[in-house]
Amino acid sequence: MEENDKMEITTPLLERDIAGLKAGDMIYVSGVVYTARDAAHKRMCEQLAKGEKMPFDFDGAVVYYAGPCPPKPGKPIGSVGPTTSGRMDLYSPVLIQAGLKAMIGKGLRSKEVVDAIVKYGGVYFAAIGGAAALMGKKVVSAEVIAYDELGTEAVRRLVVKQLPVIVAIDRQGNNLYE
Amino acid sequence: MKIIKTEEITNLVERLSIEANCILSTDIYNGLKENLKHEKSKLGCQVLGTLIENADIAQAEMAPICQDTGMTVVFLTIGQDVHFEGEFLEDAINEGVRRGYEKGYLRKSVVKDPLDRVNTNDNTPAIIHYEFVKGDRFQITVAPKGFGSENMSGLKMLKPSQGVEGIKNFILETVSNAGANPCPPVIVGVGIGGTMEKAALLSKKALLVPVGEHNPDPKIAELETELLTQINNLGIGPAGFGGSTTALSVNILTYATHIAGLPVSVNLGCHVTRHASQIITE
Repeated sequence: MEENDKMEITTPLLERDIAGLKAGDMIYVSGVVYTARDAAHKRMCEQLAKGEKMPFDFDGAVVYYAGPCPPKPGKPIGSVGPTTSGRMDLYSPVLIQAGLKAMIGKGLRSKEVVDAIVKYGGVYFAAIGGAAALMGKKVVSAEVIAYDELGTEAVRRLVVKQLPVIVAIDRQGNNLYE
Repeated sequence: MKIIKTEEITNLVERLSIEANCILSTDIYNGLKENLKHEKSKLGCQVLGTLIENADIAQAEMAPICQDTGMTVVFLTIGQDVHFEGEFLEDAINEGVRRGYEKGYLRKSVVKDPLDRVNTNDNTPAIIHYEFVKGDRFQITVAPKGFGSENMSGLKMLKPSQGVEGIKNFILETVSNAGANPCPPVIVGVGIGGTMEKAALLSKKALLVPVGEHNPDPKIAELETELLTQINNLGIGPAGFGGSTTALSVNILTYATHIAGLPVSVNLGCHVTRHASQIITE
């Protein structure tokens, strides 16, 4: 993507950071993002329902739907692009209600997710599926913070610098894919 | 009779697993570049440019093009005059997968049981297809399949009366419903005829046909061209952000079928559609 005319937002995100974003805007995300896929989402929702402590503070957090390749020696992470977001649709509304501010993935979301974005305040970013070698280079550091036994599906805390994404569903519920 | 040591096959599978995941095949790479010239959407052009840049980075660093390094599908073409020596062939292939995915820093994406879903941690077992031919030819193709696109694939048992129109409608419907999920621009592999599983296997094999090549049967080649145009008119575009490049190629393979049936399978491949081959000549 072009290096110019793009906004950069830094996590954790506040309402004012996302309020003005419009579907189709190309932006950079910098700061902390947490990786989580199907298996981690299932566990997080079960823990949330039981009132247990979550793997990270959801308030203003950004979740990246991704399961990385293993890092080569001296690298923080391997290739790491987005996975299909629709598989997380069942879990996302309750997490958005719990404070999750942004999701990064690829593909369509359900009406329930769009409704939760509008009701509780959130945004859905799409990253370019398959551009994973390039995205891996935007990761400054990575550490597993929960569910290590899930391997690539564990929850990782990534520090990213200018991860390129596009606003797919904005705060008002406008949808790039439609 | 040709004698092949299965240890050699292990080494080949190891190397091909890494190459297929890190080096974008030339036909797809050129297909992306060619479509960049014609893509109508500005955002679509930026996505195609990013995919080309990503492939360059992956090859230069021997890093996986995509983090989904797939479930390893292996196609073997075995001449009936070939004799294998050493470890059991299937074990030798799985050992190659195990080593390749470890040494290549590839993601382990396979769970042992579809319901219990515990990761095998070495990407085994592979899905292996054996085809026997005359003579002493031996060819191996490693085609790790990502599931973003696999999940959007479909199969339908059409009625013979639905004919070509029914086939076209099902293919267009499958690509349209898939939207952004299979990581467009996609490769559309189609199998028509045979039985249910034969159609599915043909559609998987069709993904190995190079972009730009056509079925030798002129009426099928014409159908491929027509479908490619119609798919690119759907407007899904690169990454599903809109545009005129939704598919790079439509490849159709056919087989004889039953008087009562018209099976059609559509296997979608993403813009990586990994595959690497090697022939053992001596």
